[in-house]
Amino acid sequence: MTHDILPPLGILAELTHRCPLQCGYCSNPLELLKANRELETDVWLDVFRQAARMGVLQVHLSGGEPTLRQDLEQIVATLAENGVYTNLITAAVSLSQERLKDLKSAGLDHIQISFQGARPETTEKIGHYRNAHAKKIEVAKAARQLGLPVTINAPIHRLNIAEVPEFVQLALDLDADRLEIANVQYYGWAELNKAALLPGREDVDRQVEYVTGIREQLTGILNIDFVPPDYYADYPKPCMGGWAKDAFVITPDGMMLPCHAAQSIKTLAFSSVRDMPLEKIWRESDAFNAYRGTDWMNPRCKACPRRDIDFGGCRCQALALTGDATETDPTCIKSPYHDRISEIPFTDTVQKRIIGGAKQKAPAEQA
Amino acid sequence: MVATTRTRAVLSGTTVPGIPPYVRLLFDKVREQWAVLAPEKVMWPDEISIEILKKCDGAASIDAISNALASEYDAPLAEVAADVLEFLQEWSDRRLIVVLGPAEAQA
Repeated sequence: MTHDILPPLGILAELTHRCPLQCGYCSNPLELLKANRELETDVWLDVFRQAARMGVLQVHLSGGEPTLRQDLEQIVATLAENGVYTNLITAAVSLSQERLKDLKSAGLDHIQISFQGARPETTEKIGHYRNAHAKKIEVAKAARQLGLPVTINAPIHRLNIAEVPEFVQLALDLDADRLEIANVQYYGWAELNKAALLPGREDVDRQVEYVTGIREQLTGILNIDFVPPDYYADYPKPCMGGWAKDAFVITPDGMMLPCHAAQSIKTLAFSSVRDMPLEKIWRESDAFNAYRGTDWMNPRCKACPRRDIDFGGCRCQALALTGDATETDPTCIKSPYHDRISEIPFTDTVQKRIIGGAKQKAPAEQA
Repeated sequence: MVATTRTRAVLSGTTVPGIPPYVRLLFDKVREQWAVLAPEKVMWPDEISIEILKKCDGAASIDAISNALASEYDAPLAEVAADVLEFLQEWSDRRLIVVLGPAEAQA
């Protein structure tokens, strides 16, 4: 091991897998955990105190739907007391204005609200939740009234890619500070539904051109963060900014992971925050050290001048598409498996995200 | 085309810059380094940038900030003023700095 292990900066805390929405590209694993597996309040509070001592500066409170945890105010207050910047990542349909006010009083710094569509009918169709759009708008407005900065998160795929300009208008209308135009990452549920969700190349090109232009035009007016779809890029994304480099994930039942999809790599053994201090897992766990730095890399990645830019890309995607987690992410043009990226059959069926797990692959994927 | 009443703030020497409540300047004891925390971002500005940000108290104008820095660092005012304005304009464009005093707006 030649790399330095630096203290972590951020945590994605998946407080629960429960969610009122059923989006077909959910970033949670296919096997969703029931409420009785979730960590108790005391454990979460202890985890966050440990994290602050380790040097964690930001915590993203996510899920599932984090506001389904009745102890969210306590969690936010504990983080705030320890000087940690808190970001609530919510679908907002089950968040009352009273609750939002309490969260703000507890010290919440920022709220990120997802919109499945820029139009009400799209939001309802993708998330399978009645009247979701109006509820989200209500929460966004209430947040701005409380002085909370708002990010609008727009997960983009084939069914809403035409609405990208409308998302920009929506973010401006809601007085948001940031808009995240985040093209869906194809692993887990999204990988399962890839044939129904992956946009066509022309739509992607049009989107990239539009976003590049509008970002420039709205400089100083709206911050637009753009996550382009890596399936059509030449190089992979620097997943997590490098495996176990400065951030980690905690699942609802307390597993500490280098990225939220890491459990798809079945050869890795993960540790629970119930059994071990976070610091020890961060430094010593085999799963964290497996792809940390560059020692693990295949010769192609190791010799690549982009080695320290994209770190070989996403380990989970490499495994899913090549069967080998140490392979170059196939979204990279240098990958011998790069051709597989373009061989995706198309279908119109989207499998809903449900507790209990996905039953089968989407029809077009079975062959 | 999108419609908005918001405008980009164009900063000048008379502008009074401030740090919005959602941007936090803090000394990180673990790394012994100043950090800026903002929505979904952590930044590590250099020493001079931190000095500029510390002086954005919502009362001082950019001219006053430049004057103070020029005398503290014993550096030519014109150079300092240009650097400070450029830095704060960039931060304002990223919505990390807000304008609390007179500024011209660009449509």
